[in-house]
Amino acid sequence: MTAVTAPPAAPVAPPGKPGRRRKGSGGITPPWLFAAPALLVYALVMLYPSIAGAGSAFTDWSGVGEQRSFTGLANFRELVHDDQALGALRNTLLLTLAIVVVQNGIGLLLALGVHTTIKSRMILRVIFFAPVVVSPVMVSFLWKYVYNPAPDAGLNAALNAIGLGALRQDWLGNPSLAIWSVAFTVIWQCAGYSMVIFLAGLEGVPAELHESAMVDGAGTIARFRHITWPLLAPAVTINVMLSTVGGLTLFTQIIAMTNGGPGYATDTLSTVLYKQAFVYGKFGYSTAVALVLALFVAAVSFIQIGYLRSRETTA
Amino acid sequence: MRTGYRPRTLVRELVMIAAAVAFLFPVYALVTLAFKDPEQIANKPLSLPDPPSVSNFSEAWESASLGSALLNSTLITVSSVLILIVLGSLAAYFLARTASRLSYSLYILFLVGIILPFQLGMIPLYQLVNDLGLLGTYQGMILFYTGIQLPFTVFLYTGFIRSLPADYTNAALIDGASHLQAFGYVIFPLLRPITGTVLILNAVQIWNDFFTPLLYLGGSGRETVPVRVFAFVNEYTSNYGLVAAGLVLAALPILIVFLLLQRYVIRGFSSGLKG
Repeated sequence: MTAVTAPPAAPVAPPGKPGRRRKGSGGITPPWLFAAPALLVYALVMLYPSIAGAGSAFTDWSGVGEQRSFTGLANFRELVHDDQALGALRNTLLLTLAIVVVQNGIGLLLALGVHTTIKSRMILRVIFFAPVVVSPVMVSFLWKYVYNPAPDAGLNAALNAIGLGALRQDWLGNPSLAIWSVAFTVIWQCAGYSMVIFLAGLEGVPAELHESAMVDGAGTIARFRHITWPLLAPAVTINVMLSTVGGLTLFTQIIAMTNGGPGYATDTLSTVLYKQAFVYGKFGYSTAVALVLALFVAAVSFIQIGYLRSRETTA
Repeated sequence: MRTGYRPRTLVRELVMIAAAVAFLFPVYALVTLAFKDPEQIANKPLSLPDPPSVSNFSEAWESASLGSALLNSTLITVSSVLILIVLGSLAAYFLARTASRLSYSLYILFLVGIILPFQLGMIPLYQLVNDLGLLGTYQGMILFYTGIQLPFTVFLYTGFIRSLPADYTNAALIDGASHLQAFGYVIFPLLRPITGTVLILNAVQIWNDFFTPLLYLGGSGRETVPVRVFAFVNEYTSNYGLVAAGLVLAALPILIVFLLLQRYVIRGFSSGLKG
């Protein structure tokens, strides 16, 4: 093999950074009518409802009819004394933390594993990625069977078969275990997503760097720490952001596997705001919870963009 | 470059294959379950079905009305994706090629939609769709997906168009073509790579979406595959073989499309993201 490699293409970022404009693109500009249909639909489906939702968070709206009165911060005062909502906030943060760390950790290991000369690398990529394209509802029901509490079904049967029968559990029925069982389902489904983003990053790491480091006597771990890891920064940024937003807004897997139970043990902000609106008819309160969730997502996005960007430039 | 196949490579290969086998255990459990009758499920939970029975599949197909659910999902996904491609690329063309304060503000406005969780507007939107008489209709779902997926679509197209030289369109415009003609004949064909990404990411997202179709389509007879499966599984909870067969059938169409187009799908997912 020769040492000639193509210059690394910008691995993940699409051309043209957001927020940076190309000036003087020729003088002839398209009419603004080109943007009008998209703007109209976007305003109707996202902008107007979001503004209306943020507004009704300060009312006692029941969702039926137009009757509502302004109640100021009453919904938020109720929220800080609502054990179900506070528990849901705690669960949401725990789930997000577990998913961000473990999903990306496994995703990185899988990417490093298949980014080698092993013969099965292409088929392994397809296998690990496949759950990503399947509906979370179906993946949740698949794992609901795996977590069957019966001692002779699913995961319990498998543990028994390999001599680990002592570890059998009621995976979704045990209040202190259920949240981690749900987290693992999400991790199983999405680790392949992290993997392909890391793979795109790894493909942008120039092979010459590894060669010259090897010539200088650097071992596998040293090369990973000083070459691969810093150059993976953009992939880390994307993966952490995607999994954080995914974790904070987790809904489908909870509804399909536990419906928030046992008790409130697996309720998240999304399931609580759903139940408050469509089970208890407290629409105003529900949108207050939604506003808190939106602020979390926005805050986390900004902090992460800032922190991870600075890491990229110093790397 | 990496060197050839060494003993260490073999060890790595075996470790990765072992990981894949463990990873696939749930799938093995589900698929074998689908081919078993209740007696085999009770007595031999993890063994291969012997003899395999396919009666679960025909019964699940009927009970979950999967045929019509597939049609509903296809109709909603295809229509939404086509509209997204047209509206998104047109808007992005204006945003990428106009250096005014208006176009920059509009671009930022679209970007806000990427981080705005849809839960915030969920209830007012439900009311709006209800007021428009679109609850339980295909049109309501198509409108929803177009609006909710536009910010990301516009973002992808704008970044791509900015990287293209402007000369082509200018030449066409000077030759007397209208803006729409210049876009349709000159620009749009150049967007093929990013259109592929837009198509794949939006189609997978819309096909698999669960919450909004549950809310908008529940009980209408126009339910998509995930909504039908949800109702089906909750109805037949304890009939494991039947539920497993339903899940296998419902997941199969998108898995087949994925296997046929795997290179494009994986590339779309790993390249089309914000960086």
